[in-house]
Amino acid sequence: MKTHSKKSIRLSLAAASCALVGANVAVAENAHDVGDWDVSAALLFYNEADRVTAAEPVIKAVKQLDTDETLSLKLTLDTLTGASGSGAVPTDRPQTYTTPSGNSSYTVNAGDIPLDESFKDTRVALNAAWERPISKDLTMVLGGNLSSEYDYQSLSANTSFAWDTNGGNTTWMAGASAGVDSIDPVGGKPIAFGVMQEADATQPRDGSNDTKSLFDVIVGVTQVIDQNSLFQLNYSLSQSSGYLTDPYKIISVVDPVTGRPLFTNINEPNLPTVVYENRPDSRLKHSIFGQYKRYIGGDVLDTSYRLMVDDWGITSHTIDLRYRWKMGDTLYIEPHVRVYQQSAADFYTPFFVDGTQPVAGNDKVEASADYRLGEFNGYTFGAELGQDTADNSWSVALEYYLQTGNEPDGTFGELTRQELYPDVDAVMLRVVYDF
Amino acid sequence: MKKLVFILLAGLSLGACSNMGVEPWERQNLAKPEMALDSSPLRSSLDDHIYFSKEASSGGRSFGGGGCGCN
Repeated sequence: MKTHSKKSIRLSLAAASCALVGANVAVAENAHDVGDWDVSAALLFYNEADRVTAAEPVIKAVKQLDTDETLSLKLTLDTLTGASGSGAVPTDRPQTYTTPSGNSSYTVNAGDIPLDESFKDTRVALNAAWERPISKDLTMVLGGNLSSEYDYQSLSANTSFAWDTNGGNTTWMAGASAGVDSIDPVGGKPIAFGVMQEADATQPRDGSNDTKSLFDVIVGVTQVIDQNSLFQLNYSLSQSSGYLTDPYKIISVVDPVTGRPLFTNINEPNLPTVVYENRPDSRLKHSIFGQYKRYIGGDVLDTSYRLMVDDWGITSHTIDLRYRWKMGDTLYIEPHVRVYQQSAADFYTPFFVDGTQPVAGNDKVEASADYRLGEFNGYTFGAELGQDTADNSWSVALEYYLQTGNEPDGTFGELTRQELYPDVDAVMLRVVYDF
Repeated sequence: MKKLVFILLAGLSLGACSNMGVEPWERQNLAKPEMALDSSPLRSSLDDHIYFSKEASSGGRSFGGGGCGCN
């Protein structure tokens, strides 16, 4: 099992940088035969109260091509029901919205946050990585990712190198990834700030599909501190460009006096005036990630911090703490706390006061009411119970995730009586088995 | 500017790395699978996908991800 874990770990970028740190001693004891397959599987259930439910099985197989050469294949299936909030505001009367296809509608009750509960999607993803030594101290990983869902396809390739120096105590890492995504929204790509029409009417659409490209570079160093501790420090740059708008997200237009959405559609009197969002066509993110691990008499302390800033005006901080507490020879329990905080994007716009909304098609203006671009804190609390034996290993984790943010500024009238930024909480159950 | 100072400080502090480290025969604890920086890549990829779809940040440990509409 030790070798199994280590082999799969080494396929990740981070671990490629740490291969020598952990490898020299263990490999001698747990050499994996050339030609062997090492298989592991995982299953995740994710459930948000009244919103998204997801089940995600994963199977991964690693083939030992040569002593230090592996091929890793991973297949992920992601089945999703329900959507996140549409961006529209709740109000004190029922609201009827047209589904993205334009052929049907759904109604949300007075006081409820608008979201399309009929939303369903299935995503299949395939990842491959080939790791091989280039020289005694240099390791290369080549990887590819392919994923497909009903309205979204993605293809990317990456490469990274890990260079061991200082007697294997310092490992330098550099990598790059390039990808292209194709978005084919149900019902077509909305016109920026086009007004949603009633079901079966002609919707404001601008073609059927679009693309975006992604380019990432990462550099990092891993350093052994002493016999029991090590740290890693990474810097990464991520550039995306193209269609970054969420085609299903909308923004309410509210009355300047009452704070209620306008209802002006003659054919569907319960359809509020909502316009489709528009995001910038590029985004540049910088991240700094630091991790420190310490072995404490059989237990393991694992801490990390990430700072992310981007040119959308978002700054985020993520702190992650785990403590793997050894119970007997093979069992362990690992409590986990994660704290996340982000500021809002510059163009986060929870609603338009009537008269301030851009005219349809004005893609020079950027606005989105997607709560995920707002200011909020995220908290994760959980624990994992697991066992590592000589033959296999398993773990079961149960986690609770809470997103909480303040009500937006500038509310008035009915908006002040509604909860525009409700908490979102989720329960996650994760099972991992290493055969 | 603050970023630049941070990067410089990080670089300087890494210069001290040559004084850190252990001999190969002192690595029995560091070599344990649970001491790998990413001791459960399957767990990490599942978690990263959840947070990628729920938050406006991703990556850091590895590449930023993508390949998901995540509506």
